[in-house]
Amino acid sequence: MNILSCTGVSMAYDSHVVVSDVSFALEAGDYMVIVGENGSGKSTLMKGLLGLIKPISGKIEFYGLNQYEIGYLPQQTVVQKDFPASVFEVVLSGCLTTKGSKIFYRRQDKELAQHNIARLGIDALKRKSYRNLSGGQQQRVLLARALCASERLIVLDEPVNGLDPIMTGDLYSLIAELNHAGLAVIMVSHDVKSAVQFGNKILHMEKKPLFYGAKEDYLHTDICKRMTGGEIYA
Amino acid sequence: MLDLIKELFSYSFIVRALMVGVMVALVSSLLGVSLVLKRYSMIGDGLSHVGFASLAIAMALGLAPLQVSIPTVVLAAFLLLHISENSKIKGDAAIALISSSALAIGVIMVAVTTGMNTDVCNYMFGSILAMKISDVFLSISLSIVVLILYIVFYNKIFAITFDESFARATGIKAGRYNMLIALLTALTIVIGMRMMGALLISSLIIFPALTSMRVFGSFKAVVVCSAILSVSCFFIGIATSFAFSIPAGASVVAVNIITFITFTVIGELKKRVGVLA
Ligand SMILES: Nc1ncnc2c1ncn2[C@@H]1O[C@H](COP(=O)(O)OP(=O)(O)O)[C@@H](O)[C@H]1O
Ligand SMILES: [Mg+2]
Repeated sequence: MNILSCTGVSMAYDSHVVVSDVSFALEAGDYMVIVGENGSGKSTLMKGLLGLIKPISGKIEFYGLNQYEIGYLPQQTVVQKDFPASVFEVVLSGCLTTKGSKIFYRRQDKELAQHNIARLGIDALKRKSYRNLSGGQQQRVLLARALCASERLIVLDEPVNGLDPIMTGDLYSLIAELNHAGLAVIMVSHDVKSAVQFGNKILHMEKKPLFYGAKEDYLHTDICKRMTGGEIYA
Repeated sequence: MLDLIKELFSYSFIVRALMVGVMVALVSSLLGVSLVLKRYSMIGDGLSHVGFASLAIAMALGLAPLQVSIPTVVLAAFLLLHISENSKIKGDAAIALISSSALAIGVIMVAVTTGMNTDVCNYMFGSILAMKISDVFLSISLSIVVLILYIVFYNKIFAITFDESFARATGIKAGRYNMLIALLTALTIVIGMRMMGALLISSLIIFPALTSMRVFGSFKAVVVCSAILSVSCFFIGIATSFAFSIPAGASVVAVNIITFITFTVIGELKKRVGVLA
C-alpha cells in the first residue's frame, strides 16, 4: 500500500533546475535511502516532499497521510548549536503538528514527548540543555522530535553527518529498529555502503535519478559497484 | 536610596518616562530573544537608524514625529527582514548599508534645516523629558498587544526560532510569524527611541537576551530572565541617570553592560563547576 508517490518531479532555484524528473513510490514500512554526491539535489528533493519548496513540475501525492504529518530531521544548521533550549522543550515542539490550532500543549502532547524520549533512551538528558549535548545525543533529540510529528513516515537528511563511527552505528541501528516497528523511513546519505546495508529501496540521484528500485537490483549495477568498490553488503 | 526613589516618583515626567520605559524594556527583551537567536540583531540596529532619519525628516517638514516614523520604520522592517531571509545577497552587509545611509540622510536633513539643536541631540541620545501622556497610552497598548501575542504564540515562536525548516514542515506559516516579529520590533523601536536615543535603543533588544543566554540553558528560563533583567536594568539605569545627571539611554546601557559581564563570569564559573562535578 503506497503512502507517498512522486511522479516526474522537477525542482529549481530561480529557474536553475537542480532536481529533474524524479519518480518513486513509498509503501508503508519501506526504508528508502537516497544516495548521491554533494549538490546532487537530495536535500532539495526532501524539501519538495515536505512542502517547503514547490516543484516546478510533476506531482507529489500522499495517501492516508497529511503532508504535515512527516517527521523531519533537517541537515543541521550552525544556529542551533548554541541555542538555549532544554531537551524536553525541543522534543515537545514536534507535537505542534498534531495540535492544530490549539494554543498550549495538552497532556497527551507531553506524554507523547515523554514516550519518545524514553524510546530513544535519552531520559537522563530530559532537563539538560540541548547545546551541551554531544553530536550523537543531539541527533537523538531531533529524532525524538521527528517521532512526535509523525507515527507513519520520517525523513532524515544526512543524520550521521559529523558523528564518530560508534555514534553512527548506534543511530543507524536505532533507525532500523524504528523501521522494524512499522515506521516508513526516507534517509538521505552520501554513504552508499550503509545505504545498501539498511535500506530496501535505493534512489541514486545526480540531478536526475541514475537508479531507482529495490536494493537487490541496485547491488548489481555498475554505479553501485563503483561506489562501494565492488564489495557486496547484503 | 529610598529618598532618591521618593524624589524620582515626585516628578510626573519621570513617572511617565518610567511607565513607558518599563513597557518598552519588557517588550524589547521578549522580542530580543527571538531576534538574537535568529541572528537578526542587525535588524534592530538598522531600524533605529531609519527611525532617526524619519524623525529628522518629520522635524524638517513640521510633521508629527510618530506619524512619520511608524510607517517608515515598519516598511523598513519588512525590507530588512526580506534581505535577511534571502541569504544570496550578503544580508548583514546590506543591512549595514541601509543603516548608515539612513543615518546620513538624517544628518543631512538636520544640517540643512534646524541645525544641531537640543531636539536633534535628544533624538540621537534620548531624553526622559520627551515622554507625553499619549506616549504612555501608546506604549502601554503596544506592550499589552505584544504580551498577549507572545503568550498565545509562544510555542510556535519557540519552534520557528529553534528550527524554521522543521516548523515549516509541520505546517507552521513561519513567514507570517517572522513578519509579526519584525512589525512588533519596529513599533517597539519607534516608541522606545525617543527616550533611549536612536543610537542606543537596539541595545535594549540585544543585551537582555545575550546576558540571559550566558547562564540559562532552556528557552523558557532565557525568556523569563531577559524580561526581569531588562526591567531591572532599566530602573537602575534611570535612577543612576537621575542621581548623576547623565542621559537616561546611556546610563541604562551601562547597567546592561555590567550585568552582561557579571552573567558571563557566572556562566563560566557554572561551566567549571559542571566539569568538576
Ligand atoms: N537555497 C538555495 N538557493 C539556490 N541554490 C541552491 C539552494 N540550496 C541548494 N542549492 C543548489 O542546488 C543544488 C542541490 O543542492 P542540495 O539539494 O542541497 O544537494 P545535496 O543535498 O544533494 O547535497 C546545489 O547545486 C546547490 O548549490
Ligand atoms: Mg544536503
